[in-house]
Amino acid sequence: MADASYPEDLKYHPEHDWARIDGDTAVFGITWFAQDALGEVVFVDLPEVGSTVTKDQSYAEVESVKAVSDVIAPLSGEIVAINDDLEGGPEAINEASYDGGWLVKVRLSEPAQVDDLLDRDAYVASLD
Amino acid sequence: MTTAEDLRRTALHERHVAAGARLVPFAGWEMPVQYVGVKDEHLAVRNDCGVFDVSHMGEIRTSGPQALEFLQRILSNDVTKIAVGGAQYSVLCKPDGGILDDLFTYRLSDDVYLTVTNASNHAKDLAWFRQHAEGFDVTVDDAFDDYAMLAVQGPNARRIVGELLDAELPAPFRIAAMSWEPAHPADSADQDVPVELLVAGTGYTGEDGVELLVAPESAAALWDAVVAAGAAPAGLGARDTLRLEACYHLYGNDLSEDRDPIGAGLGWACKEDTGFLGCDAVRDVRAQGNGAHPDGLKLVPFRFTDKGIPRPGNEVVGGGVVTSGTFSPTLEVGIGLAYVPVEHATPGTPIEIDVRGRVRPAEVATRPLYKRPA
Repeated sequence: MADASYPEDLKYHPEHDWARIDGDTAVFGITWFAQDALGEVVFVDLPEVGSTVTKDQSYAEVESVKAVSDVIAPLSGEIVAINDDLEGGPEAINEASYDGGWLVKVRLSEPAQVDDLLDRDAYVASLD
Repeated sequence: MTTAEDLRRTALHERHVAAGARLVPFAGWEMPVQYVGVKDEHLAVRNDCGVFDVSHMGEIRTSGPQALEFLQRILSNDVTKIAVGGAQYSVLCKPDGGILDDLFTYRLSDDVYLTVTNASNHAKDLAWFRQHAEGFDVTVDDAFDDYAMLAVQGPNARRIVGELLDAELPAPFRIAAMSWEPAHPADSADQDVPVELLVAGTGYTGEDGVELLVAPESAAALWDAVVAAGAAPAGLGARDTLRLEACYHLYGNDLSEDRDPIGAGLGWACKEDTGFLGCDAVRDVRAQGNGAHPDGLKLVPFRFTDKGIPRPGNEVVGGGVVTSGTFSPTLEVGIGLAYVPVEHATPGTPIEIDVRGRVRPAEVATRPLYKRPA
């Protein structure tokens, strides 16, 4: 597994999710902390393209050998893409949680919600 | 709620911390669930050798002129079949046939037996042994604190332990008292040298291997030697996935006081003619002839035929429940054990499991789900 890291250019949700904002779309994933707590990811259950996700609600499940974890949406919107590569290679979530381990891409319905998210330093501080 | 301070630690606790283990509460103990990762540890045992700290398992020593008669009364199997140096699996039943525990009993000498208990059941088992020992000329001792226990498992386990002890190891399902001369006795000033230990040809992984019972003060030195010889530390996470692939029962999941051994698939370990406590109830259930509980449910292994991972508590569509479920690192699919209606219990039968609201297709399988190549 990669070493702990929390990129500066992301926004964070306290439930250990990240969002990479690009205009009115965002890519979601889980943080290094979340994947480390879960252990080796062996199965990911993602929503379908076209479905909606709601901020602070579960939208996906990520499973390790031992446990299943709900993934919380950091923002609301409609799914425009999902990371199909995770079906055959869920370990990407452990190996590259901010790159190859992304989960979904969302068209934001309420972009102002971004203001509720944490920046890197605030999220890292919340982990202590 | 159990706090960390309430948890007991094994003699190997410092080794686990030093190895970077993730420690979790388990049956009142603080135990390593994984070191590097469940999958890697699982595959190390399947392909090479792993070592588990299973010191949370308990031991009860039964000795005396009527040890055999007493054990024959409370254990479900035919205890007369255990030769000196032998081992036998059995069930401890209540009079109504409910399962109190599942146990391995070793015969150490003519009238000395050692029974290994599940951590969560040890106190209950010990009380049961003592209660029913009345009237027998036997001594029942709590041997929990006498032993740490290491399970060395995998295709290279016997070679590693055999070289360490420089002796031939007991065959599968045999036990022997052996001794170990540490290469660096100075590292182990607290212990008697040579180290006396019991070596048993048993395990819970579906692989060849041995279990080592040793005085707690010698456990760390033995652990270090086994690891230095090539065994990978493996945690309870891998122990669970390995035992489930091998279709071994886990008490508390697959077995409980509400379940009888027939429906649980343990009829082979029950010999009602010995007159063991609970034999009448077990005989009645067996007489139904379908190998199921009186409610018609029977424990079967299954594997998913598509994606998903079953978990304990998931319901079987049409009746029944998953009692153990995980992702199989060897087979790379979801696997488990479930109680299903006996009419759906034939291997090959398609079944469906409700995994948190999603219905996943599965197939009843033959036991074991994984068998090591001959």
